[in-house]
Amino acid sequence: MTDSKYFTTTKKGEIFELKAELNSDKKEKKKEAVKKVIASMTVGKDVSALFPDVVNCMQTDNLELKKLVYLYLMNYAKSQPDMAIMAVNTFVKDCEDPNPLIRALAVRTMGCIRVDKITEYLCEPLRKCLKDEDPYVRKTAAVCVAKLHDINAQLVEDQGFLDTLKDLISDSNPMVVANAVAALSEIAESHPNSNLLDLNPQSINKLLTALNECTEWGQIFILDCLANYTPRDDRESQSICERVTPRLSHANSAVVLSAVKVLMKFMEMLPKDLDYYGTLLKKLAPPLVTLLSAEPELQYVALRNINLIVQKRPEILKHEMKVFFVKYNDPIYVKLEKLDIMIRLASQANIAQVLAELKEYATEVDVDFVRKAVRAIGRCAIKVEQSAERCVSTLLDLIQTKVNYVVQEAIVVIKDIFRKYPNKYESVIATLCENLDSLDEPEARAAMIWIVGEYAERIDNADELLESFLEGFHDESTQVQLQLLTAIVKLFLKKPTETQELVQQVLSLATQDSDNPDLRDRGYIYWRLLSTDPVAAKEVVLAEKPLISEETDLIEPTLLEELICHIGTLASVYHKPPSAFVEGSRGVQHKRLPVRTGSGESAESPDTSSAAGISEAPPAVIPSQGDLLGDLLNLDLTPPTTTGPLPPASGLQMGAMDLLGGGLDSLLGGDMGGSPALGAGFGAPPAVAPASLSAPVGGGLGDLFDLGGGVGLPMGFYIPPKTVWLPAMKAKGLEISGTFGRRAGVIQMEMTLTNKAMSVMTDFAIQFNRNSFGLAPAGPLQVLTPLNPNQTIEVSLPLNTVGPVMKMEPLNNLQVAVKNNIDVFYFSCQYPINMLFVEDGKMERQVFLATWKDIPNENESQFQIKDCHLNSDAASNKLQGSNVFTIAKRTVDSQDMLYQSMKLTNGIWVLAEMRVQAGNPNYTISLKCRAPEVSQCVFQCYEAVLKN
Amino acid sequence: MIHSLFLINHSGDIFLEKHWKSVVSRSVCDYFFEARENAGSPENVPPVLQTPHHYLISIYRDRLFFLSAVQTEVPPLFVIEFLHRVAEMFQDYFGECSEVVIKDNVVIVYELLEEMLDNGFPLATESNVLKEMIRPPTILRSVVNTLTGGSYIGETLPMGQLSTIPWRRSGVKYTNNEAYFDVIEEIDAILDKSGTTVFAEIQGVIEACIKLSGMPDLTLSFMNPRLLDDVSFHPCVRFKRWESERVLSFIPPDGNFTLMTYHVSTQNLVAIPVYVKQSIGFFESGSCGRLDLTVGPKQTMGKTVEGMMITIHMPTAVLSANLTATQGSHTYNPITKVLVWDVGKLNPQKLPNLRGSLSLQSGAPKPEENPSLNINLKIQQLAISGIKVNRLDMYGEKYKPFKGVKYVTKAGRFQVRT
Repeated sequence: MTDSKYFTTTKKGEIFELKAELNSDKKEKKKEAVKKVIASMTVGKDVSALFPDVVNCMQTDNLELKKLVYLYLMNYAKSQPDMAIMAVNTFVKDCEDPNPLIRALAVRTMGCIRVDKITEYLCEPLRKCLKDEDPYVRKTAAVCVAKLHDINAQLVEDQGFLDTLKDLISDSNPMVVANAVAALSEIAESHPNSNLLDLNPQSINKLLTALNECTEWGQIFILDCLANYTPRDDRESQSICERVTPRLSHANSAVVLSAVKVLMKFMEMLPKDLDYYGTLLKKLAPPLVTLLSAEPELQYVALRNINLIVQKRPEILKHEMKVFFVKYNDPIYVKLEKLDIMIRLASQANIAQVLAELKEYATEVDVDFVRKAVRAIGRCAIKVEQSAERCVSTLLDLIQTKVNYVVQEAIVVIKDIFRKYPNKYESVIATLCENLDSLDEPEARAAMIWIVGEYAERIDNADELLESFLEGFHDESTQVQLQLLTAIVKLFLKKPTETQELVQQVLSLATQDSDNPDLRDRGYIYWRLLSTDPVAAKEVVLAEKPLISEETDLIEPTLLEELICHIGTLASVYHKPPSAFVEGSRGVQHKRLPVRTGSGESAESPDTSSAAGISEAPPAVIPSQGDLLGDLLNLDLTPPTTTGPLPPASGLQMGAMDLLGGGLDSLLGGDMGGSPALGAGFGAPPAVAPASLSAPVGGGLGDLFDLGGGVGLPMGFYIPPKTVWLPAMKAKGLEISGTFGRRAGVIQMEMTLTNKAMSVMTDFAIQFNRNSFGLAPAGPLQVLTPLNPNQTIEVSLPLNTVGPVMKMEPLNNLQVAVKNNIDVFYFSCQYPINMLFVEDGKMERQVFLATWKDIPNENESQFQIKDCHLNSDAASNKLQGSNVFTIAKRTVDSQDMLYQSMKLTNGIWVLAEMRVQAGNPNYTISLKCRAPEVSQCVFQCYEAVLKN
Repeated sequence: MIHSLFLINHSGDIFLEKHWKSVVSRSVCDYFFEARENAGSPENVPPVLQTPHHYLISIYRDRLFFLSAVQTEVPPLFVIEFLHRVAEMFQDYFGECSEVVIKDNVVIVYELLEEMLDNGFPLATESNVLKEMIRPPTILRSVVNTLTGGSYIGETLPMGQLSTIPWRRSGVKYTNNEAYFDVIEEIDAILDKSGTTVFAEIQGVIEACIKLSGMPDLTLSFMNPRLLDDVSFHPCVRFKRWESERVLSFIPPDGNFTLMTYHVSTQNLVAIPVYVKQSIGFFESGSCGRLDLTVGPKQTMGKTVEGMMITIHMPTAVLSANLTATQGSHTYNPITKVLVWDVGKLNPQKLPNLRGSLSLQSGAPKPEENPSLNINLKIQQLAISGIKVNRLDMYGEKYKPFKGVKYVTKAGRFQVRT
């Protein structure tokens, strides 16, 4: 007789039947009935109607029946909270049971019932169980604290359970320690700054002792917790490494990988010449290799992590190339990862082997994999210079197979090889040209056209080849069209006599018959260039190209460092920092590898290392002008990649027409008037660009400087780092983070919109509620393109202060509504009040004195800023960047008194006296204002500006 | 930690769900089904998927998907390891891991899952401990239970969970005290078409079956422990002793368990026990091809190769095969395009051969890809790495146990390219 019989009853009266059986007098019948109920529950049937009947069965001394009823309760208590109360008494009684198994079971189950009313009754039994004499009960209770925290965080804090939990880290039983660590880690995730796991050498020692004795899962929790610790010096680091190393031999791969994480991180602190460092490196390889013989899912996660490890420390696995060779029945996700790692490990020593393998893969069945293998050959050529020739000949062999997708992929990579080794392998061009007709993918066609254009002078029939592409110009994809345009212009510059007609044809196709702005703009630029100054055109179009290198596909070093700290986590699988994808990431701290500090200098080291542990979110980067110009030039240089729009040709004047040479006139024919959009001459944009790309503003106030002591330039306007205003989980996948700034007298609301949902977002709009200073958007929210899933855009919204006014609490609170095609979302944020300080906020000395006296003393408020290590001049400079002007400075008894003024957009003046004592990091600030409400906000902004 | 578990069968039905925290709607699996669709075959579904609110981490085992939903940053290996543990536990309890058997024992399954995780944290995953709390069903017990109203659930506190040796239950008693060890080695290798070894390594595992009374403390030593490159042990093994003396010292769990796994890597020379002479070719015209395979023993240390079997995934254009074998049987499945030749025992005097013609779909172009050969074999009483157990000593108990060691070598992922 099996349980499957429980699935078969689907008759109408099923619930009634069960009800009758549950209320039966016979124990056995009751149990059978509960089993049936559980079985229905598992398959998703709604049996919640039976709640009272099932709960009635709870008062039993039969352990199995009790467990079954508990199972049921956990599932349905949420939907029947009032009924669930009936169970409370039994729970409380069970928590006092002499049998520790029952005590633990009761407290465990109670924690799973997510009903507020029940939670209240849970506190007392839980407190007792946390101090129970039996470790089994204690360890269960530790987990229960985490459950309770998930339901009601405030309650847990108020009841002091967190402290009890911290005490459990020093428990004598290793399992209790492990569970306490696990519970604290989970709680800490929702309280990133709470410092719950306050690690010090003593607690580390406790953890390391428990590590040896607890279960495999406990070891994972402890190792992950250890990884967050920053040792004081290399000696401590080494001793931790020594005690963690045995975990590499654990049968559980998660333990192994967590141990690898700890070692990779702490190794950073060891001096490279230490013998132990070398030993450790050697010890890391075998366990990583062993991970690859596990189940494919484990292999995949291991491979993603190994990918990071070989980028950070290639020496660990440099001799293990063979284990990454692909087997034909590996799942595709394993194959692709292995391939990637093979390239990363490729070196002169093993390149022959790697190439032989790659060639083998190129004849496999799976098309995606074959393509990737062909591409890999190209990457090898670029990475290992000595192998380039071999790679090229391998690629030629593959082209001979005439398998369509192999040929196309090979041509794409050969183009990259040409970019790396110009003028070296042209002999193969003839072979490539033979395959021209079989190319049907845009990327391959574009690559081939690029090659023809680049080497036009060596290909006799280059013009014919390109002309053949031109016939179907409008059917081509943009990528091919752009490439064709450039290639023909190159050809024209190299062989001007025979190809004039061709170039005219392509220019007119690109500029007149195309709707694509990229194509048109590029066409016009060439056209102007060719017609005004062919020599300049040659210099621009045929300029020497920067060589490409293999670094392009490496992970950027700071990100890599962060990811190394996250080995074994989801971040390491996605190769993205957790802040990029973990929901509600407001609190995710960026992790960094520790800085190496020798034991000799340990006196200062805690400070430096703890500072290194916390890194700030990088401020929004404004592209320097060089980059943009570079982009503009790159239109020619990087073949297919640039499809981004050109920056608006701001230098365009209608008068530019005059500059058109005669050659262009003839090309344009009578159509002159039809192209007013013609861009400015190529020479113009560089001259114009710096002006149009206003660099961060704030420096323009330098002339206001008239104080004797001031040295150096005033700092820029202080813009706080972006914070998450609207987490994705509250806005159906839209995440908004932002900050406020002031640029050239205009208040800017700078936002980063991220689409974390699965669908495209469009139609963005923004509105503010009435607020204290009448802030309102000065224009609509400029989100022109739809926001694709996982895409992020930066938006800067200018604000004015002419909106409706209503006093908010706190004063600088701003309530915002953002709409998109999905819904309307509301959030509130607080702006730093210094963005309201206007540029003409400098008072005359005399006026200042008079005003200061005039404002009654009760309007004065005094604040202290602690731990500010600037001298008074630097402070005054910093503040001036934020439109806080120092009017006078007086020095009395080595104490600097700075008198400052600022004016808000609504005309309120704020006067300040700042006292700075040399050598004392604490400043005293007195603020006087006719509207004393603003003082608090002003003080906050002082603090923010001075400390950043 | 682990939030929910969904068990999904081959045809994409969710037949069991279990939540350890709040209930996650099963609609979350839709993302998985989408990925399943895109992946083509079930083996190719990526094990980690991202959805707007959850991560889906899955394994594919015994034609079932074990899919777990997690909401926070959890080490994915932790989840994958746990899921495999769940599958193993089903195997251990019910003898197999299949939809039918899970449905048959749904209440036990539910109780097991409840015992294995608490709030997403693993609670008890040792089979010894679980079996003390939830007894596996046996025919006898289910008969007894139906008659007496007894239960599957143990009434005692699983003492093992608290002691420093959580893997062993207390008060074990046997009339015959026995300790058996199976040293099983699998060869993972890739040979190229000329028969040269591209890559070879050995994955070894020592499975133990220990039925000893009381608290025996065992020491197992090898003749040549230096052979082993990388080892991972059952938690019972004292790592310190291994580091210093290269012996395995442990108090064993009761019953069957994996004592250690090891790895002999490419750096050492790995003996390849068989060779395959093959030629598979397709003609430019005429829609047909030719196949000729011969296998023979190579480095077998004088032992006989048994259970020899060759599997070939043919190109899709191959319609049928007309072959004759001098030994064993062969089948070609025209739907899966798999040719299987079950050779059986290898006789060095008379090498088995399979030859004949392959017919292609008419008009199909000559296939480009070269089919790889997958090889299965078994050699009894040989550990191909050369590892040998020296002796087994027992301390802590008075009786004399019966001891035994068995060796076997198998082909793991053993491929020959053509």
